[in-house]
Amino acid sequence: MMRLPPFARLAPRTLAEAVEMLADQGPGAAVVAGGTDLYPNMKRRQVEHHALVDLRAVEGMRGIREEPGGGISIGATTRLSHLAGSSAVPRALAHAASVIASPQIRNMGTVGGNLCLDTRCSWYNEPEDWRTAVGFCLKAAGDVCRVAPAKSHCWAVASSDLPPVAIALGASVRAVGPGGERTFPVADLYRDDGIDHLALLPGEIVAELLVPPVDGLRVTYRKIRRRGSIDFPELGVAASVRLAPEGICEAATIVLGSVASAPVRCREAEDLLAGRPLTPEVIEEAAAAAAHPAKPQDNTDLSHVYRKWVIPIHVSRALQSLS
Amino acid sequence: MTVDPSRTDDLAVVGTRRPKIDAMARLTGEARYADDLSMPGMLVGRQLRSIHAHARIRSVDTSRAEALPGVVAVITGRDVPIAYGVLPVSQDENALAVDRVRYVGEPVAAVAAVDEETAEQALRLVSVDYEPLPAVLSIEDALDPSGVLIHGEGQGANVHKAVALEFGDVDAGFAAADLVREDVFSFAGNTHAPLEQPATLAALGGDGRLTVWSATQAPHYLHRALARVLELPSSRIRVVAPPVGGGFGAKTDILPHEVAAAKLAMVTGRPVKITLTREEVFHSHRGRHPVQMWVRTGFTSDGRITAMHFRSLLDGGAYGSFGVASTYYTGALQTTTYRIPAYRFEGLRVFTTKPPCGPKRGHGTPQPRFAVERHLDRAAEELGLDPVELRLRNAVEPFSRTVNHLRITSCGMRACIEEVVSASGYHGKKGHLPRGRGVGFAVSAYLSGAGLPIYWNDMPQSEVHIKVDRGGGVTVFSGATDIGQGSTSTLATIVAEILGLQPEDLAMVTADTDLTPVDLGSYSSRVTFMAGNAAIDAASKLARLVAEGAAQRLGVPPEELVFRGGQVAVRGDPRKSLSWAQAVRAASARGALMTSGVYWAPEMAGPYRGSGVGISPAYSYSAAVVEVATDPETGEVSVEEVWIAHDIGRAINPVLVQGQVEGSVYMAVGEALMEEQSFRRQGVHRGPSLLDYKLPTTLETPKIHTILIEEPDPEGPFGAKEAGQGPLLPVIPAVAAAVEDALGVVVHEVPITPDRLLRALRAGHRGKAPVIGPASVPSFEFGEPERVQPPVGSPAEVAVP
Repeated sequence: MMRLPPFARLAPRTLAEAVEMLADQGPGAAVVAGGTDLYPNMKRRQVEHHALVDLRAVEGMRGIREEPGGGISIGATTRLSHLAGSSAVPRALAHAASVIASPQIRNMGTVGGNLCLDTRCSWYNEPEDWRTAVGFCLKAAGDVCRVAPAKSHCWAVASSDLPPVAIALGASVRAVGPGGERTFPVADLYRDDGIDHLALLPGEIVAELLVPPVDGLRVTYRKIRRRGSIDFPELGVAASVRLAPEGICEAATIVLGSVASAPVRCREAEDLLAGRPLTPEVIEEAAAAAAHPAKPQDNTDLSHVYRKWVIPIHVSRALQSLS
Repeated sequence: MTVDPSRTDDLAVVGTRRPKIDAMARLTGEARYADDLSMPGMLVGRQLRSIHAHARIRSVDTSRAEALPGVVAVITGRDVPIAYGVLPVSQDENALAVDRVRYVGEPVAAVAAVDEETAEQALRLVSVDYEPLPAVLSIEDALDPSGVLIHGEGQGANVHKAVALEFGDVDAGFAAADLVREDVFSFAGNTHAPLEQPATLAALGGDGRLTVWSATQAPHYLHRALARVLELPSSRIRVVAPPVGGGFGAKTDILPHEVAAAKLAMVTGRPVKITLTREEVFHSHRGRHPVQMWVRTGFTSDGRITAMHFRSLLDGGAYGSFGVASTYYTGALQTTTYRIPAYRFEGLRVFTTKPPCGPKRGHGTPQPRFAVERHLDRAAEELGLDPVELRLRNAVEPFSRTVNHLRITSCGMRACIEEVVSASGYHGKKGHLPRGRGVGFAVSAYLSGAGLPIYWNDMPQSEVHIKVDRGGGVTVFSGATDIGQGSTSTLATIVAEILGLQPEDLAMVTADTDLTPVDLGSYSSRVTFMAGNAAIDAASKLARLVAEGAAQRLGVPPEELVFRGGQVAVRGDPRKSLSWAQAVRAASARGALMTSGVYWAPEMAGPYRGSGVGISPAYSYSAAVVEVATDPETGEVSVEEVWIAHDIGRAINPVLVQGQVEGSVYMAVGEALMEEQSFRRQGVHRGPSLLDYKLPTTLETPKIHTILIEEPDPEGPFGAKEAGQGPLLPVIPAVAAAVEDALGVVVHEVPITPDRLLRALRAGHRGKAPVIGPASVPSFEFGEPERVQPPVGSPAEVAVP
């Protein structure tokens, strides 16, 4: 890994100032907070930025607040370790934060950073010499995807832990940009495109994550990886169910991470659960269906075949824990 | 006075638990590793590395790089054209490729510039015109007679070394057997991943002498190679090894950047430092060979081995490195644990276009140990015997000779087995734990130092000097490198014991070819045994000199003096004594207080070519029981608990021995479950980073119960044997056996990754045999073996010092 290339670092004090600075710097500028994802990527020359707008000093962007109308607001520069240790947020969300990377990285990395984490690929997150040796890929200066060369699609993987569980919680994102601010469901932050995976408008900055009141919703997150101490997910499973008093599932949300360039909703499985009790048979049926929309590729740790195989197992375990 | 290093009682410091003497320096950052060194005017060196697995170099144009402001020199293979290699038989590597590259990451050019950024930029301005050649990435491809030759021109099989030996009559042994069993095994390559990335600083003095500070385990071998490649007399080169941050074999070979830094310092006249990036460490490699193995063994119905035929095929990577020795090692130590009356070994190492493999902790023996232990488990099943009982029935006897002429002296194997089986509750657990949990057992042996140096010579393998100043200060000089294992502390403890001092009282000067006498290096688990014995020799001579001076003052014969607690006292009359400083003054009046000690291993080599590999003055023994928890649905395995007994002879410092045992278990768990140095079809490493190359962290490390078996070895220093490598060996097969016990999947391959295990489990669900492992090994015609008569008259003579 090389040293960081030179870049200008700008340190706004307000969000408005940050938006303005980002716009002023034009294309090629980016925002940074903890830098735990961005800086290694820059050191490997995966991305180049002439300027970075550092959000850490922006007032009011850090912290967890209870909203007046119920629900929780989590500022984008809130550290992951803070979220992991918070009793104010739904436990599944705190758990998802607690299994991201290592304690040191959680102390630097932020909620906004995890939501906006660059997609990852074993053909992309490599040193520059390595990529010179195999040839560059679509995501970085190349003209072919190394994972699936026949396609003109980038298969880099959404590898963050917060989005699946945030979607299962029905959370929203508030983003602020030159055109003003807007609030939209977390799922709408993502596109299934490994290169252009964030559906932010030009110059827009994620300001906060808004989590609605849990209100009886049962939520869980399971992270599958080789080393529980540090690794990115090879598979993330978030599930939420709302159960009627007699145990009938009124609504379910199942979201998979790390199987595509965006979090994947398992609608077929959700529909199979709706209106039925969470019996072992129903859970097995839904878990099998949950694997259908996932198309893992051979571009993470462990084989894609393995990752496909274990989706039903982990979805089933997630649902069992909620029943 | 008398010094009896084999004494087993009344020891003051040997055997006590104490921190390393450099523990605080290493903890606080005071210790200066090679990359911490800096000099005025120092330049930063970087290497340009091949992007092809195999290519001819048509030309290298450095002119644009040289023109970049801040660049002081650019060198290529033409500047260091002399080939070298750590083994005299394998002088096949250049620091910078001359006309051909043979792996992705092979250095092609090196630059020295005013800073790292400029050096990096300069690398991009070097243009290399390559003519790509086919990559050769497997043993099968390497043996294809119509494939490309990696060394040489044209087509042919890329055989680096083929060996076939037979000791005793193997066919007769098989004919006499009630059961003859064959199995095949595969062991993936993996790498050392030391925490400290290798670094070298080189500087030319005003007197024209070259000094090289390098993170090396073997300054003496580096010294020799630099003299050869740089065409300088040895006397013009000084090699210093600063404290090293982990070696595990990674820093035993001569590494290209060491030569490049030295050459750049000579060309520029300025100090040049090269520190490898983490990615480059994966290219530098010299790690564990991937080995495919086939073994056939005959047993009587009561489980006694009648004969064994073992075949190993090693994927060596691009260069020789230690590979000839590695090849022999895959066949040498099978006989050190079990009585094998007839033994045939066939070993093959091929070249492939990947980073060179070399020695990693256990050098060439973890792979065959995995195979042999798993093979014995299979045989035990077939014979209806308990796996522990099968080992005990075949266990070697202390003070015996093996069929391949290895001299066994002390042997605590039975004690290791009994202790570990009892402590773990193995027999109550095997086959009785709930599905998903299991236990496994295995044993092993390892060298306490290779019996011969890597280049033939009849000089001592270790020398230690001790000098005393007039105030009583003691300075010990040893060429051994402390790579974190604590060798400096161990030598200090040995000297302190003899002189009646504390280890912290001594000044230790190590690993500096100008100042310290030769020690062959910190490899093959040799330092405690060999440098330790040299230290005893030097300290005993010094004690004699001091005793003679003190005796004169005290009016007693020197034989009546004992050294204890900083005093030189008359035995039985402690009131008649001198302080150490007074005794030194008295002795100094009689002449200079400086002594030298040496160690030569006894002559042990058998009457055959290759007999130099495997011999050792003593073998350590280990036994392990591993308990795993597995997930039968997902194939995930967690090593929960490890009980390991290690026959150390004597623990000079039990804290350090325990540290070595625990470190070995940690590394073995990684090799068993996740570590794999693997490559994509372009010949690029699958993930040259500590994120993608899966190593266990502290949190994946199991609970470890270490049991030390202390049966002093007659030739070891205070009876000590090795601890750094042997304890790794039994753990890998024991993990595999535990997974079998947990899930009923046959495990003949490591690492046992979740995907491999789940594939096998799914095969089992479909009614097929659930197996992780190869179906066969590549075929190779070894030809007739060299037939060697087994030794006659089996008891081993011991050279009691």
